[in-house]
Amino acid sequence: MPVPTAFHPRTAALCHSLSWKEWSGYHAVCSYDSCHEREYLALRHAAGLIDVSPLFKTELRGPDAARLLSTVTVRNLEDLAVGRVTYLCWCDDDGKVVDDGTVARLDEQRYRLTGNGPHYAWLHRYSAGYDVQIEECTDSTAVLALQGPLSRDILAAAGVAAIEKLRFFRCMSAKLGDLPVEISRTGYTGDLGYEIWTAREHALPLWDRLIEAGAPYRIEPAGLHAMDVTRIEAGFVLCGVDYFPAHHCLIDARKSSPDEIGLGRCVELDREPFVGQRAIRKERERAPQWRFVGLEIDWDDYERLFANYGLPPQVRSGGWRDAVPLYDRRGRQIGQATSGAWSPLLKKNLALATVAAVHASVGERMQIEVTAEYERKTVGATVVKLPFFNPARKRST
Amino acid sequence: MSHPNKKRYDAIIIGGGHNGLTCAAYLARAGRSVLVLERRHVLGGAAVSEELHPGFTFSVCSYVVSLLRPHIIRDLNLAAHGLSILPLDCSFLPLPNGDSLARWGDAERTRREVARFSQRDSECLGEFGLAMTQLCRFAKRIIDEPAPDPTSLDPRQWKQLYRLARQLGGDPTDLRWLHYKLLTMSAVDFLDLWFESDTLKAPMSVSGIIGTFLGVRSPGTAYVLLHHYMGEIDGAFRAWGFSKGGTGGVSMAIARSAEAFGAEIMSSAAVDRVLVHDGRASGVVLQNGDEIAAEAVISSVDPNRTFLKMVGEEHLDADFTRSIQRYKLRGSSGKVNLAVDRLPEFSCRPGAGPHLQGDIAIAPSIDYLERAYDEAKYGAYSKRPYLNVVIPSLVDPSVAPPGKHIISCFVQYAPYDLKEGAADWPNQREAFGDAVVDTLAEYCPGLKESILYRQVLTPWDLEKEFGLTEGNIFQGELSHEQLLFLRPTAGYANYRTPIDRLWSCGSGTHPGGGLMGAPGELAAKTLLQSREL
Repeated sequence: MPVPTAFHPRTAALCHSLSWKEWSGYHAVCSYDSCHEREYLALRHAAGLIDVSPLFKTELRGPDAARLLSTVTVRNLEDLAVGRVTYLCWCDDDGKVVDDGTVARLDEQRYRLTGNGPHYAWLHRYSAGYDVQIEECTDSTAVLALQGPLSRDILAAAGVAAIEKLRFFRCMSAKLGDLPVEISRTGYTGDLGYEIWTAREHALPLWDRLIEAGAPYRIEPAGLHAMDVTRIEAGFVLCGVDYFPAHHCLIDARKSSPDEIGLGRCVELDREPFVGQRAIRKERERAPQWRFVGLEIDWDDYERLFANYGLPPQVRSGGWRDAVPLYDRRGRQIGQATSGAWSPLLKKNLALATVAAVHASVGERMQIEVTAEYERKTVGATVVKLPFFNPARKRST
Repeated sequence: MSHPNKKRYDAIIIGGGHNGLTCAAYLARAGRSVLVLERRHVLGGAAVSEELHPGFTFSVCSYVVSLLRPHIIRDLNLAAHGLSILPLDCSFLPLPNGDSLARWGDAERTRREVARFSQRDSECLGEFGLAMTQLCRFAKRIIDEPAPDPTSLDPRQWKQLYRLARQLGGDPTDLRWLHYKLLTMSAVDFLDLWFESDTLKAPMSVSGIIGTFLGVRSPGTAYVLLHHYMGEIDGAFRAWGFSKGGTGGVSMAIARSAEAFGAEIMSSAAVDRVLVHDGRASGVVLQNGDEIAAEAVISSVDPNRTFLKMVGEEHLDADFTRSIQRYKLRGSSGKVNLAVDRLPEFSCRPGAGPHLQGDIAIAPSIDYLERAYDEAKYGAYSKRPYLNVVIPSLVDPSVAPPGKHIISCFVQYAPYDLKEGAADWPNQREAFGDAVVDTLAEYCPGLKESILYRQVLTPWDLEKEFGLTEGNIFQGELSHEQLLFLRPTAGYANYRTPIDRLWSCGSGTHPGGGLMGAPGELAAKTLLQSREL
């Protein structure tokens, strides 16, 4: 039975669709309206406010916090400056990804790690001998993602001083009126956006103030469906959908290395030992077997397929995540598309996929399975550069 | 009135428990004429439902179903013959300090509950479940085939061993190591590999001692843990359920299937002895003196009763007799069945919540369980025993009148051999029953006042009433020296016996006890393959 998040009194009152799903044991809104479109458009043209409290969070405190995080994750965090945030993943001893998330250095000796799954026990596996306190704070910390081109203006209107100075992947302590919050210039939509972290008891006033300050900017509470479309446009991999946490995989074939899911750029290999280092190095000597790519599905081909049945082309509303096979020209399976969405902004039919490394170069052509009128067919698709959507404001201050 | 049954059967099966009936169904399905003889007036053996109190149908002995092999359900078409399993969703542990722990089918909900006791443990449940699933996949291969004998020179045995080794070889190295650890460790040590919380480990470890005269810290109990984890419903491991109408519903479905295939089943027909001439079985003699002839006799009763009481030492060589005498039965558990006029109210979690619809463990700590074992080691029942309590009437209203309930308490330890001697059990029975009710009432005040009827089954009663020698619910302990190719004894694990045309098919054969049906099925298949029938 999922439990409510700290924002539930507000989100429940607004969720007229009664469309909810379970997210890590919490009730989460799929979409407030029966269709997510208005929320999606707000995220891309104004601002959306998303309750992301179910994100797993731990705080690490102590002189060895950075050293422990550097040992457990693929990044060296010892030179991460106070007020900086970084994106990374962590692996098992075989160099297979367990989860991905962010580390924020909140203070000299205080770090916050976020992830899709719980990671308190995982950190404890390696923490013996480190002078560090680890605290699970998923339930005690409420988080809102304020995302979209007007998100900065809304925070400024809400009275957050110096918000215009907070650069991409930085964080700061701030006051929203009298509410103590931490604000990070991060998000999961690939746009200008912030995540606002506060103690559970401040959740409702925080929500109210942002909604109030955001009203002139057309802020909209947004659900997971809208966020899912934006994260696909942004080309972000999703744990449990595009890859699976290694420590929960029944078979090895299900596990992925950082390079295989597009997180190779996070790996800082040549440094003090870290979990999975040897295996990742070994894999790099041989080159990884799989690659994570973006696909654009041929629209003409797609339209033609449906026209054969006398149907207009049918695209699903919102993102999909039931994987479909990918084939090369000779009909051999070369991978699978694990999630995708029609992008109303780009007017393109997008998919995120894992394909055999030899088929992963930009421009590579392949066939993707599409079901039309109960029949399984294929249409063409092309590997394109990720992210699909990459506005200049995404990295702007 | 005794009149000789002139018909000669292909096979007579001694005992109408679930294994005897399963064996009968498979033989009848293969076109053999089969007669099942059950001593009691009701079928099912230890998997039996009886209306002991008007309106209350009790699963007298075995009380939950999960190990019943899925392919047996399909082969014998048991769903069409009335088998219906209602899954249990929760494992509830009330604690003496007023706290409690409920583990649910909902993984996130369970994680939240366990996190109150240990954040670390709550996050390791998934990994533990994954490891157990991997171990089960291998163990499933072992329980679904006759046990290969690594000491045999028979190439067929080696082929089977090779297949098993190949599957093991396909596993990652650390998983292979885990297999060996599982065979040698205690349940508690094994759980220590993942967990730190005593509150979590105590109710998990008890699966390792069910029906075994060992403690949760005794080496070898980790395997029994897996034995109980292998329960499978619709392809999902670790799934347990109630049979609609009580556990006897399983036996009745198998019986109806056997009859549909043409088997004959006779109850109130107690076998006195097996007819043996020149080392060959030719039929049975009933207690009423009737003789029934058959090509083969298959015993589903325990090895001790089969060989020492029904065959007789005069037909066996001394070494074999000794090995059967040494076969460890030593029952360790009892059962208290209650009919109550209201639902018990647990003070730690009041109300008729879904936490009462699964199994309820009285196992507040590992030390509590060890202390319960300590008393048993020296010949006394545990004054504060481990209890596994279920209230089937909450899930299956057909077993009790509306608003009233059945409480079934599996109790461990109740050693067969009391220090005053096993025959003293009738004198201690009610005191034992009181200890169980007192233990439960500590968590449910008002329980005693709600009791309409109480049945107390001690190991002595299990022996006298159900024919389970020394009251062992598995027809022999599930310890390594009497498992696999050593069950019941070396050289006779393949359902054969030293007597020609006498076979065994009970829980005393591979793969052992529990409501699996596997011994009955494998015995029938081995017999059919032997071309002796």
